[in-house]
Amino acid sequence: MRYAETGFNLEIDLTRGSIERVATDPGETGLYLGGLGTNAKLLWDRVPPEVEPFSPENLLIFAAGLLCGTPAPGCNRTIVSTISPQTRLMAFSMMGGFWAPELKYAGYDKVILRGKSPGLVYLWIHNDKVEIRDASHLQGKGANETAELIQQELKEPKAQVAAIGLAGENRVYFASIEQGRSSASRGGIGAVMGDKRVKAIAVRGTGDINIAQSVEFLALCNEVLNYIKVRADNPIPGVMPILAGLGSPQEMRIHDEKWHTESFMWGNSRERRKDFWTEEVEKEWMETMENARTRLISCYNCPMKCAATISLPGLPTYMMKCFSKLTYTMAAFSNLDFGLRIAQRATEYGVDAFSTPQVMAFGLELYENGILTDTDMKGLPSDNDERFFWLLDRIVRREGIGDLLANGTYWAAQEIGKGAEAFAHNNIKKTEQMPLKLSMLNPIYFLMYCTGEKVNITQIEGQFPQMPFETREEREEFVKDWVQVPDEKFKDYFLDWELRGEKSFPYYPTVQMCCDIVDWQEKMHYIDDALGMCAGLSSFPLKPPYHIHNYPDLISAGAGIEMDEARLTKAAKRYRTLVRAINIRRGMRRKDEKPPENHWKKRFPELEKELLDTYYTFKGWNNEGIPTKESLHDLGLDYVSDDFLQRGILTDSDKEVSHEG
Amino acid sequence: MACEVICSAFHASPKYSSNNPARSRIRVIRDPIADIYVPVYAGEYSVAECAGRDKYTIDGKDYDECAFCRASCPSRDLFKEPDSGLPLKCDMCESDPPLEKPMCVQWCLNDALIYEVREEEVEEEVKLEDLEIGLEALADKYGLTKIMDIITRMSASKKG
Repeated sequence: MRYAETGFNLEIDLTRGSIERVATDPGETGLYLGGLGTNAKLLWDRVPPEVEPFSPENLLIFAAGLLCGTPAPGCNRTIVSTISPQTRLMAFSMMGGFWAPELKYAGYDKVILRGKSPGLVYLWIHNDKVEIRDASHLQGKGANETAELIQQELKEPKAQVAAIGLAGENRVYFASIEQGRSSASRGGIGAVMGDKRVKAIAVRGTGDINIAQSVEFLALCNEVLNYIKVRADNPIPGVMPILAGLGSPQEMRIHDEKWHTESFMWGNSRERRKDFWTEEVEKEWMETMENARTRLISCYNCPMKCAATISLPGLPTYMMKCFSKLTYTMAAFSNLDFGLRIAQRATEYGVDAFSTPQVMAFGLELYENGILTDTDMKGLPSDNDERFFWLLDRIVRREGIGDLLANGTYWAAQEIGKGAEAFAHNNIKKTEQMPLKLSMLNPIYFLMYCTGEKVNITQIEGQFPQMPFETREEREEFVKDWVQVPDEKFKDYFLDWELRGEKSFPYYPTVQMCCDIVDWQEKMHYIDDALGMCAGLSSFPLKPPYHIHNYPDLISAGAGIEMDEARLTKAAKRYRTLVRAINIRRGMRRKDEKPPENHWKKRFPELEKELLDTYYTFKGWNNEGIPTKESLHDLGLDYVSDDFLQRGILTDSDKEVSHEG
Repeated sequence: MACEVICSAFHASPKYSSNNPARSRIRVIRDPIADIYVPVYAGEYSVAECAGRDKYTIDGKDYDECAFCRASCPSRDLFKEPDSGLPLKCDMCESDPPLEKPMCVQWCLNDALIYEVREEEVEEEVKLEDLEIGLEALADKYGLTKIMDIITRMSASKKG
């Protein structure tokens, strides 16, 4: 018997219309866990680097994490993996909600889509019954609208639906896959779904998930719930309120937006408004939110309430969470009411709330600077807010200038030329980032921006405080119950860290310490992404209920796989390296690993070189960021080095690995 | 929903060895867009579905009458074993030794579910006085409002 996982994947060939239920190899679960880990293995094995994102040979994989569907609180994430049209690298975007556990109850760990359907279809997975159904009547419908229509059509209100909107259908490079309160937004995976002509996947399952050591597993879950209660009563002092507790940043609950509005950039990530948050603004925005917000809501089996239902007069109700509250508002220099209104339309269209506002602000900036002309922008309204609605409508339909902008700032700038490249200034690996421009280099974030292959800083940060605490007493207080650290040395790193002076940025934490910190942070995210755990209860917040010390027991008791900290660390390293290998094989190299040029004002080229050199070595990668033969061998990934040797990516003389760092 | 997950896990055999919300004896009738969340725990089995159905509007939200019904009934798939169709009924997590609270309540950290012992109230009701028993019977027959009207009129005429 298989535990926690079902042991079956659905393989769907859209070209032929064939559906197969395929048993998976339990040995692979031990090596790659599940979710992201086994997705990476599938992409490595079956999608060679010659395959273009919009090719029938590209796979689009929807995976439920290893522990999704078990009673582990907050374990509900769907991990969607494919080759991204935006980065041309592996994309792995995740969403919470209800879809992944439902897939498990239906009897599957993954849905693997290949080929391309001749017409628009949707998939209906109901336990053993799986159908490819015509979706021509859903063409052009909004993502939420589609979900509702499908539930009605199937007479199955309990079906969980993941759908694309118009943006996905029209292969917008930053199109998302929407699922009510959650979306898998990064990397343009919605465009790949649209390219495959799949409008939605509806799932309903009524089967069992088995637990290996049930009493032990339940005790661990109870500990997690108890710790969540403890953390609810004890917010962390000294950090901003949205980050003091657990869950995603509590944007729906907390009204104080001084930090975001005054520290993050407005427009096309350009302008910092240091005195923006006045009493007047606070009052207005609070009223907007209080009137719009019907209820704070949760995902499957989670006590946190990170999302909200938003109802604005004259608009259908929709669900929102996290920073999408402000991205449109700030890109447009507008107010919260505008932000909530345009987000409703954007959610139906199915677009990423990080990239989209910035792409629109970028378009307007090009127009203001004469790079885009009146001819390009024919019909552009004069009202500021209306301009954003106008651009959004054009982008998702790929009409006029929208066709260019639909490829994101990087590709649009390449095509527009005339100096437009300089305006696509806030990207890493061709993808729009958080609108942040800061002063002093942060060596920890430098490494994360450079080497993160999720291309999204919020998905690899967490665990370690973002800033030092003012006094040593505060720091001592903080480390007292810091049980989550993988090693006591992290407490010392933090205790000695000062805001000013010798032990401050950019030379403290030291290069070696930065490597340790970044590696820990990234590792926890990668583990979550294989298990299907929400980062909001694990890798993202400070002092989370899940950590490296209780995860091995949860995996052993839940999935029946022998696990300890060393094994788990190695498994995470194995599939993290495999993700890198996929990208290396697609041409990613050191030259691609850099933060946005203007992210920090004060830069330190020598230190930055040392940081990257040391981190590469620490990770077992050579000077180009390519995993070495030795480190691949250690991880049991000899098949990767064989491939690298065959392709000339590594040569037999590549022996430069050194572990002294 | 946490309550559904843990209920089905508690009632698995052996305990906690599997879970499946479709087997849960508590279900949340939910429609997030309409802001409808009604937790219902399984009651008696009903051989036939009821004749009259109604829609209820509470605080501007439309609820199907079945939204509040605890019965395992032929008209819906709620509170039935998914494989056999056998009816399910909440037993408040009966176990030896007894739990302080049923598992669904323990796992609901948002206090949507609470567990209260109401036995004391029941005892008080048992000790109704003769007059009260008589009045209650009258109220059942004629309706409380009518009786109150008469009492008001009687007391007014006495004062007069």
